[in-house]
Amino acid sequence: MKTKYLIIGNSAGGIAAAEAIREVDKKGALVIVSDEAHHTYSRPLISKYLSGERHKEGILFRPASFYEDNNITCLTGERVDQLGIKEGSARLENGQTIGWQKLLLATGGKPIMPRMKGMDKRGVFNFITLNDAVEIDGYLERVKRAVVIGGGLIGTSATEALVKRGIAVTVVEMKDRMLNTLLDEATSRLAETAVEKAGVSIITGHTVAEVLGRGTVCGAVLDDGHEIACEMVVVAIGVFPRVELTQGTEIEINRGIVVDKYMATNVAGVYACGDAAEAYDFVYGSGRLVSIWPNAYVGGRTAGYNMAGKKMEYAGGTAMNSINYFGLDIVTAGLVMPADVSGHEVFTKQNDSVYQRVVVKENHIVGMAFIGDIERSGIVFGLMRDRVDISGIKEQLLADDFGLAHLPPELWRERLAVPAGARTVTSQEEVEEDYSSE
Amino acid sequence: MGAAVKRIYVREEVCMGCGLCRVYCQTEHSRSKDIYKAFKREMPLPQSRLRVERKGDVCFAVQCRHCDEPWCVYSCLTGAMRKDPVTGIVTSDSEKCIGCWTCLIACPNGALVKDRNNKIVAKCDFCPGQEMPVCVANCPNEALVIAETDDES
Ligand SMILES: Cc1cc2nc3c(=O)[nH]c(=O)nc-3n(C[C@H](O)[C@H](O)[C@H](O)COP(=O)(O)OP(=O)(O)OC[C@H]3O[C@@H](n4cnc5c(N)ncnc54)[C@H](O)[C@@H]3O)c2cc1C
Repeated sequence: MKTKYLIIGNSAGGIAAAEAIREVDKKGALVIVSDEAHHTYSRPLISKYLSGERHKEGILFRPASFYEDNNITCLTGERVDQLGIKEGSARLENGQTIGWQKLLLATGGKPIMPRMKGMDKRGVFNFITLNDAVEIDGYLERVKRAVVIGGGLIGTSATEALVKRGIAVTVVEMKDRMLNTLLDEATSRLAETAVEKAGVSIITGHTVAEVLGRGTVCGAVLDDGHEIACEMVVVAIGVFPRVELTQGTEIEINRGIVVDKYMATNVAGVYACGDAAEAYDFVYGSGRLVSIWPNAYVGGRTAGYNMAGKKMEYAGGTAMNSINYFGLDIVTAGLVMPADVSGHEVFTKQNDSVYQRVVVKENHIVGMAFIGDIERSGIVFGLMRDRVDISGIKEQLLADDFGLAHLPPELWRERLAVPAGARTVTSQEEVEEDYSSE
Repeated sequence: MGAAVKRIYVREEVCMGCGLCRVYCQTEHSRSKDIYKAFKREMPLPQSRLRVERKGDVCFAVQCRHCDEPWCVYSCLTGAMRKDPVTGIVTSDSEKCIGCWTCLIACPNGALVKDRNNKIVAKCDFCPGQEMPVCVANCPNEALVIAETDDES
């Protein structure tokens, strides 16, 4: 088989690239390969599947006719196991070879598996793929209690789904608080309160040393010897870039695949994006692993344009999350808790239901966390993403009535005012160009 | 290519901040389409999808800009938020939206609203079925206008 574009990975990054390619090049042969045997689905929504709130069809990321509509050949349930960079080829596990002109590695991440005894027992699961969720679902009838290892975003989402299924969950988090990479202390504490209110036990500062059971899970032992009885263990300590295909090639990797502002690797014609790649993070000013859906999409889109010959720079991303498990309303972005606060200004506001925190460095917003009232958080994040100098409005960012009108007028005029040369129509009639309004 | 793209813009210098745009928006997005019922009777209460921003003497209405680079669409986890390739109108599919609010933080204009009733996102939909979006059609001072630009993409 020969194709102009080969995309490995059928998720946020791969789909974004395919959509961008089709905006530019309607005809060039496009093949997507995925070792998951599913139509493209929304990975974050596997928790809604497990909780029973959504069927498989309800978590599809694009309509069932997507591949057909876009003239895409999608090979699902097929794994690429070797790349021939010089020849422009990819070998599938089934022996088939695909020749390509442009290649995108949108291979995502794989779960980090801790080294502990008993990991091979029945009842130990990951929570990354739809198949994981299906397997957990199939196992639940014998489960009353579960231990979730890892109190990050994935662990929290698994926990919520299990709680909704009536399972008693204990979360074991190695650091001193849940969601510690995304939130500052105050916000973590609020989140923990909400999680505990739902009946979840949270154990922080410990790890699981061993999973107990004869063949099948019956408990977990913590590093301090404390034992927790449970019938299931979900390992959710994070993901690591899936870069095995780059082995034996010249494609440069650091922790993830190294890419430039066009999402291109060091090898001509080969691109990478999403959880597999280290895309530019504007807060850190360098390439970095940020495993979030929006960045995978934007990175994939950028890659797709460039693959199809339309130059486009990655606008840059940073960690940016909305966390609304357990009835929470939290949004966070960037560097919420700088390791060294010197040189940073931190603005906070707190009252009964609202907590807001904005971290500023050299007159630019580098981090934010909002709880409760999040409807206007995008305006603040927009200033952060666009690297706007906020020296004149710093003190107003957390004002109760903060909104677009607080921004420098040229900023909102550019977004809202009638563009030069546009033909305007009002309720009555065509507006004369010159309307005196003073 | 070269198609005319229609958008709502604001002439801030003549906006009085009266908020009638919000009233008409809320009515249009009600079941009864009746002003009184839309504000006082309907349960659940419909919501306006635009805001009037104010600071001192400055005021203007803000609704979804249906951006050329729609961050909300790029950030949507579920595939609910889409930009129509022909009209450029950005819509959210209420069947698909789960109310994760990733689009809220992605929108630089704070132009999306939480639908309090369904816990999903609500936004300007350009009033399908109406000749002109009702906020524009009923703006007493013509501060809201529709303008056509040529799509250069
Ligand atoms: C439970 C959960 C909740 C999450 N919640 C959020 C959230 O709320 N917000 C957010 O922003 N992000 C969230 N994320 C993260 C988000 O899902 C990822 O950042 C995103 O999926 C990355 O997309 P991607 O395209 O880079 O890779 P992936 O989604 O990982 O997809 C890569 C695909 O490539 C396939 N593949 C890899 N190698 C090969 C090969 N050799 N051959 C064939 N196929 C291959 C993989 O099987 C996989 O299907 C969550 C993730 C999980 C697991």
